[in-house]
Amino acid sequence: MDLHFGDSKPTDEEQAAIDTLLGPPESSWEGADRSDADLRWARGGRAARDRRDLLLPGLHAVHDRIGWISEGALDYLCRRLTVPPAEAYGVATFYAMFSVKPRPATVLHVCTDLACAAAGASELCAEVEARLGPGSGVSVERSPCLGLCERAPAALAVKAGDPVRTAVSAPTTVERAVLAASSPDSAPEEPAAALAVPQAGDPSLTLLGRVGVVDPASLDDYRAHGGYTALRQAFAIGPAGVIREVTDAGLVGRGGAAFPTGRKWQATASQPDHPHYLVCNADESEPGTFKDRVVMEGDPYSLVEAMTIAAYAVGAHKGYLYLRGEYPRALRRMEHAIGQARARGLLGDDVLGQGYAFDIEIRRGAGAYICGEETALFNSIEGYRGEPRSKPPFPVEKGLFGKPTAENNVETLVNVLPILTMGAPAYAAIGTGTSTGPKLFCVSGSVDRPGIYELPFGATLGELLELAGVRERLRAVLLGGAAGGFVRPDELDIPLTFEGTRAAGTTLGSGVVLAFDDTVPLPRLLLRIAEFFRDESCGQCVPCRVGTVRQEEALHRIVERTGADAAADITLLREVGRAMKDASICGLGQTAWNAVESAIDRLGAYE
Amino acid sequence: MTVTSLGIPRRLLEFRIDGESVRAPEGSTILDACRSAGKDVPTLCQGDTLTPKNACRVCVVEVEGARTLVPACSRKAEAGMEVRTDTERARHSRKVVLELLASSVDLSTTPEVAGWLKEYEAKPDRFGPDAACVDEQPRIDNDLYVRDYDKCILCYKCVDACGDQWQNTFAISVVGRGFDARIAVEHDGPLTDSACVYCGNCIEVCPTGALSFKSEFDMRAAGTWDESAQTGTTTVCAYCGVGCNLTLHVQDNEIVKVTSPHDNPVTHGNLCIKGRFGYQHVQNRD
Ligand code: SF4
Ligand code: SF4
Ligand code: SF4
Ligand code: FES
Ligand code: FES
Repeated sequence: MDLHFGDSKPTDEEQAAIDTLLGPPESSWEGADRSDADLRWARGGRAARDRRDLLLPGLHAVHDRIGWISEGALDYLCRRLTVPPAEAYGVATFYAMFSVKPRPATVLHVCTDLACAAAGASELCAEVEARLGPGSGVSVERSPCLGLCERAPAALAVKAGDPVRTAVSAPTTVERAVLAASSPDSAPEEPAAALAVPQAGDPSLTLLGRVGVVDPASLDDYRAHGGYTALRQAFAIGPAGVIREVTDAGLVGRGGAAFPTGRKWQATASQPDHPHYLVCNADESEPGTFKDRVVMEGDPYSLVEAMTIAAYAVGAHKGYLYLRGEYPRALRRMEHAIGQARARGLLGDDVLGQGYAFDIEIRRGAGAYICGEETALFNSIEGYRGEPRSKPPFPVEKGLFGKPTAENNVETLVNVLPILTMGAPAYAAIGTGTSTGPKLFCVSGSVDRPGIYELPFGATLGELLELAGVRERLRAVLLGGAAGGFVRPDELDIPLTFEGTRAAGTTLGSGVVLAFDDTVPLPRLLLRIAEFFRDESCGQCVPCRVGTVRQEEALHRIVERTGADAAADITLLREVGRAMKDASICGLGQTAWNAVESAIDRLGAYE
Repeated sequence: MTVTSLGIPRRLLEFRIDGESVRAPEGSTILDACRSAGKDVPTLCQGDTLTPKNACRVCVVEVEGARTLVPACSRKAEAGMEVRTDTERARHSRKVVLELLASSVDLSTTPEVAGWLKEYEAKPDRFGPDAACVDEQPRIDNDLYVRDYDKCILCYKCVDACGDQWQNTFAISVVGRGFDARIAVEHDGPLTDSACVYCGNCIEVCPTGALSFKSEFDMRAAGTWDESAQTGTTTVCAYCGVGCNLTLHVQDNEIVKVTSPHDNPVTHGNLCIKGRFGYQHVQNRD
């Protein structure tokens, strides 16, 4: 590979940001102009090529420090990593949080997604924009769901510098958002993670039991509350034993696809090719989802322990935690927890003195819903555009870096702890015969106590909404987030299980429950969903890239229309929707029409 | 034409296409098998010299047991598979995909697409006059070739050809995302500032004419491009000892562009700047 670089040079700041991440260049060949001394000597060229996966961290490093990525910075990073600049530019422009054009050092992301929209985000955003006009040094960006739906409306301020400053403001007001943007350091502390768990302290909680009870910064406190007993148990029964327990417990993936976890682990563990990897998907970007954030903020060690167990089961010595770029506090807490665990021998070469090596690396996403798709996530970690790969081959065979990989989301992984501590039969006794165990639900919208709820599978939608204090005049409930479907207020007896929702012709998805009362204009909501998918399509395949645009256009046309006036466009929507569902490469395109379809069919949205 | 190299003998798989039993060597795609069985499946992003990216989705077929349709161009055939190429479901997706494409980009120079639009009764107009489309001006920044992304269907072929599949120059990439995704060089600058070495291999694989010789582009603009009046003569490139095959396309006694046969086992249709663009001297007559 013969790389060509332009003449643009990085500024000292940009170079420093990159060198802090990668270390100073070993020779002037690497990343700089050639000098006479090493004109013909490409030391480390091949080694550098193997570091392509540092592209995303490198882009973050520049962005954190400067606030945007200049030509000079990008070229320098490419030189250091021997990545072709065209490809790196393709990567940088893929992510919503990155800018390749100059922009102010401070960016205020104001959420305008479903829960926030229902809480008046558009007006808020317009007013914030008016207050922080040109010259304020702040760029105001309308953002998809920030994963703070229980505290809607929400805003996130990011101020580039060394170090980068962030401030989360939720629930926000015009004043608070402006304050967060103008001085992130003096913005008030975020409320404790436990406030997102209305049941906090309830002794019957299994997955959320420690949130609000343990000090998330203290490993000792975690251990005092039962931490690391599951890992000891795992070592006692061996990898095959762990897989057997997880299989017998009937655990299935909580991310939406509901694939049996034990089967996935078994398939990964038995691959002859090595190394094996474990990837934890903490990129929850489904509008309405925030459970992984709360778990990571409130009980970070549980995820470290669960990842260690999963890695041990599948024979992986390296794990990646792919964490949403919009979660500054979860990032800090997980970084801290991983560091502590490493310092105390709970990660590293000899975990718990058992001769088993495992470590976790955190990778930050940069604003792309599609990176929650497992293969897109691998591409993102590897330093490519976060485009899904076509399957087969499946990740258990060829996943991250082309190696056998087990990929699970946060909620799935933390379920492994109770499985090992209480034993598979006791765990399987929770819930129903085919949907076993406890389940987390993210409830937001028109309820009095939004937050994450933990219920055994099988509770009905009505029971859950009851707990959350559903308000009068419920108009619709969106189950499963933007990729899920709407149900009517007279369908609240739907059991919250995979089989129950399927029988009712809907989906449980990732466990999002968004309630809307009749003040929420349904057509606008549908438009927002369509806009979300149009924005988040990776653009790889035609049905999704163009189909999501045509869907949004049709919904725009009928936003004020009903009945016969809307009929032609509804036919069009159905035809395009069917092709998106059938012919798209990945789950994004395949589900982009679900919510709209259900609103038309079940709610009679345009009648 | 697909050239399958005769390596070690491969096992034959037996499966069914549209109810008929077929046999195909292990490793074949469903598309290979369909073509050998004489079934016509439309394709756009599939290229005979490249690993398919399966991005366009016009080749989708139904495979029994699969939740969604599958791209024939890249799904490997498996023993016992039941494939259906012409069901209402597959035809519906192809039709809509063609409509989506034809309503968003200019397919006027894409071979075969007019026939498919007719066959599938696609009506790209039904998205209305305000349907968003890729609205790009041709980029003319060098004397050799023009990038007219108004015609680009984002098949990724040029990126693959320029990158690790053939040229290893990595001058171009997909940038942006969703409907705003485009093919571009680094920093979205002119081609002349990029890593491009003008091998023209991207033009060779582009299925839509989004990438074309400057000569072709100019003649089309002037209305003088006439494919029916052109002859193709395949010869050997005289520049160096590699011996690449060139096909000279000649109209009115002038070479108007140069391609290269894809079934050449050495070059598979790839050339370098000299073979591809260095033909002026042949026709300097004074
Ligand atoms: S369905 Fe959408 S997101 Fe998925 S690959 Fe296709 S374009 Fe990308
Ligand atoms: S002419 Fe060759 S080097 Fe230039 S962009 Fe095309 S394939 Fe790449
Ligand atoms: S320019 Fe041509 S080859 Fe490249 S992606 Fe577009 S249509 Fe495909
Ligand atoms: S934070 Fe705004 S909708 Fe989730
Ligand atoms: S030809 Fe198969 S997806 Fe494009």
